[in-house]
Amino acid sequence: MARQLKADRSKLPVPGPGRPFLLPPVEKTTLPNGLRVWTVRHAQIPLVAYVLLIARGASSDPAGKDGLAAITADMLDEGSDTRSAIEMHETLARLGAQFDTDIGADATAISVTALSRVAERALAFIGDVVVRPALREADFERVRQLRLHRLKQMRDSAAAVGDRAFLKLIYADDPYGHAPIGHETTLTSLTIDDVRNYHASAIAPGAATLIAVGDCTHAEVVGQAAEVFGHWIGSGGSDNLPSAAPIAPPRLAIVPRPKAPQSELRIGHVAVPRRTPDYHALALANAILGGQFVSRINLNLREDKGFTYGARTSFEFRRRPGPFLLQVSVQTAATARAIEESIGEIADIRGTRPVTSDELAFGIAALTRGYARNFETADQMARAIMQLALYDLPDDYYARFVATVEAITQEEVSRVMTKHVDPSRLTTLIVGDLDVIGQDLSRLGLGEPLVLSAEAF
Amino acid sequence: MKLSFSKHTLANGLDVLLHEDRACPIVAVNLWYHVGSKNERPGHTGFAHLFEHLMFEGSQHHDHGYFQPLQGAGGTLNGSTNADRTNYWEVVPANALELALWMESDRMGFLLPALTQAKFANQLDVVLNERRQNYENRPYGLAPMAMLSALFPADHPYHWTTIGEVADLEATKLDEVHAFFQRYYHPANASIAIAGDVAADEALRLVDRYFGDIPPGEVVPPVQAHAELIGDTRIMFEDRVELPRLYVAWLTPAMFAPDDAELDLANDLLANGKTSRLYKRLVFDERIATDVSASQNSREMAGYTQIAATAAPGHALGELEAVILEEVAGLVTSGPTVDEMERGRVQAEAQFIYRLQTVGGFGGKSDQLNAYNVFLDDPSYFEHDLERYRSVTATSMQSAVKRYLDPRARVTLSIVPRGRGTLAAPNSQLVTVA
Repeated sequence: MARQLKADRSKLPVPGPGRPFLLPPVEKTTLPNGLRVWTVRHAQIPLVAYVLLIARGASSDPAGKDGLAAITADMLDEGSDTRSAIEMHETLARLGAQFDTDIGADATAISVTALSRVAERALAFIGDVVVRPALREADFERVRQLRLHRLKQMRDSAAAVGDRAFLKLIYADDPYGHAPIGHETTLTSLTIDDVRNYHASAIAPGAATLIAVGDCTHAEVVGQAAEVFGHWIGSGGSDNLPSAAPIAPPRLAIVPRPKAPQSELRIGHVAVPRRTPDYHALALANAILGGQFVSRINLNLREDKGFTYGARTSFEFRRRPGPFLLQVSVQTAATARAIEESIGEIADIRGTRPVTSDELAFGIAALTRGYARNFETADQMARAIMQLALYDLPDDYYARFVATVEAITQEEVSRVMTKHVDPSRLTTLIVGDLDVIGQDLSRLGLGEPLVLSAEAF
Repeated sequence: MKLSFSKHTLANGLDVLLHEDRACPIVAVNLWYHVGSKNERPGHTGFAHLFEHLMFEGSQHHDHGYFQPLQGAGGTLNGSTNADRTNYWEVVPANALELALWMESDRMGFLLPALTQAKFANQLDVVLNERRQNYENRPYGLAPMAMLSALFPADHPYHWTTIGEVADLEATKLDEVHAFFQRYYHPANASIAIAGDVAADEALRLVDRYFGDIPPGEVVPPVQAHAELIGDTRIMFEDRVELPRLYVAWLTPAMFAPDDAELDLANDLLANGKTSRLYKRLVFDERIATDVSASQNSREMAGYTQIAATAAPGHALGELEAVILEEVAGLVTSGPTVDEMERGRVQAEAQFIYRLQTVGGFGGKSDQLNAYNVFLDDPSYFEHDLERYRSVTATSMQSAVKRYLDPRARVTLSIVPRGRGTLAAPNSQLVTVA
């Protein structure tokens, strides 16, 4: 049977108006001990996603004790009261719950996702972990040993070496200058008493927010939280962070990795905090520059030159100024050219080649039209609410996001990039084969490369 | 607990699976082609995956890249290739479903006119860089190359990795792309699932509009190959690593075959998480390893179970091997405990519910429907699949482990730091891997 061609392939279909999407309201209660309980009802699937956010992270490590916050977080699930670490995890496994501890520069998050019928017991588990961890010396020695081994293994990975060396180069001795895991010297000097003291002072309800999203009501969660966390006390003290943004001189640096088939590159500098009024314009500028597949830097380095599997830029927004950063792994022979192209793209978007009206429209559409996709699951919503809590964003932040981005102009993008990104301040770090690329580097005009050892990180 | 759907087959053979979920105003499009690296031949490895890259480079009626219109509509998209299948997906706002179908159908029906030597050469470079980044320049990254080539004979299509061999990739010619496309990329070898905020009849109408005219192509016969391990193949190579790592692997049943679920649960019980037997012994009590994990890698024609453990400084892989074999033997002798069985069952049930949370992307509901449809011709298999895990008993697990994790028929791979060959499991033969 002959069929008529049914599809019109002369032009792409134009999507009609989008169905409006509204995040359900966040209901909030603060318990007498200062613990904030924030919930969102999302009852599609019979489960609850909890995140206990503690607004203290690796940047709260006391001087000389890099790695303390992270090892403390790691110790939380190493047994409680009379239970061993393994017994504790057996309890969790019997619930079928998913458990994760995550630590960054600004915060520690303990997340548990569980089916509704065991949600109350899963919350009690979080209480055991956070409020009543055993913090035994023998467990500490074992966990520390594993972390020291992990540090050793991180030297095998060009990406891990690059991440750690880059933070140190751009932040030097600032609290943001080390990865959460710390260093061999500081980890070795820590004691179980350091962990107990840190737990007692920083892991406290005054610095914490319990977020629950799922098949649960606000009243239920508040009632259960009062029971589980009611006797937990402490303000969490101050996060002790310096207010000034660190200033480190720009550098060209290399960690030699003999015979490496690729060079791992990190190019960037300390930029801007999360609460900048320029946040939305910077997010948009980044999407156009290197934040998505169809971005200038990825199209140049991957789709035009074939130097890499993928290149991306990001602003790592934090409470204090976080890095602006380009990350890419390129074939060794293309190292110098990839650096030139990357720095060129960063410089151009501020001046000689500002974003076009097409790029602006595309970037705005990409950030706004699919916005609902970020709130499909309970876990995604819980993480979104966590951002509100961590950075003190207003309740209507997500409701206003789309309209705010849609109002951004080309001039605004140029202005914020000129203000917050400066090609003359960029530090360029390479983890790669110095013998092969050394000659090429000298013609970049970035000065003599500082040669670092992987063992230094 | 169900994953509801309706199934339709267009006249050209394209299977269409529809699932409504109106909770979030998004729609997932998920398209599987039943082709993977198992359809390659020796000397031509890596081709199926390289081809996947070319699918993102434009097609006859929209020859300016695949990402642009979809990202501009607020969508996200990706694709992946493994030994058995290639999948492509978009998650778009509900109003952009038609755009996604236009794009997917244009590259199914009209890829070749837009394919140029320049695009081909560019994506070959990208793939070689993907290989450098994810395998060659990554610690232990060449383990799959060594393991698969030891587990499966040279003429078995699981002998090579999906990323392929460098020499084969470099020898690839553009005209091979044409033949491959004609053979595998057509409606009769594909299955599309649409899940999310769209009425099923509307989705079907749109799929028919965009895919209904594409000629069917010839049905692809299943690949058949046989593998059998005789003895203990003991191999090693040196890598840029600080700590040596041991891999022990056995050939096991295919995906969904009897004993596949048994071995899946046995792997968890043996080596996954802090409650597992090997974690307790190797990492927690004896502290001779820094990590341990295990997986039942089930594929269409065969599977393999692999246990991997990294030695703590000062320990050799032979020590780890002895403990691993002892724990496997212990499971054969005494079986799992009641508590272990109960935890395994509860976790499996919970995992199946967690799997219902997303409509799209890798592992979302649309991807699951396609997996069941393509591999079993039964998209309703979700409930049976859970039942496979529910029906595992202590005895069935014990006998599956006894039968398949036989210490006399395995591959034992050691990866050691440069110049530290003495840390390898005893009597291992040095192999070259690239």
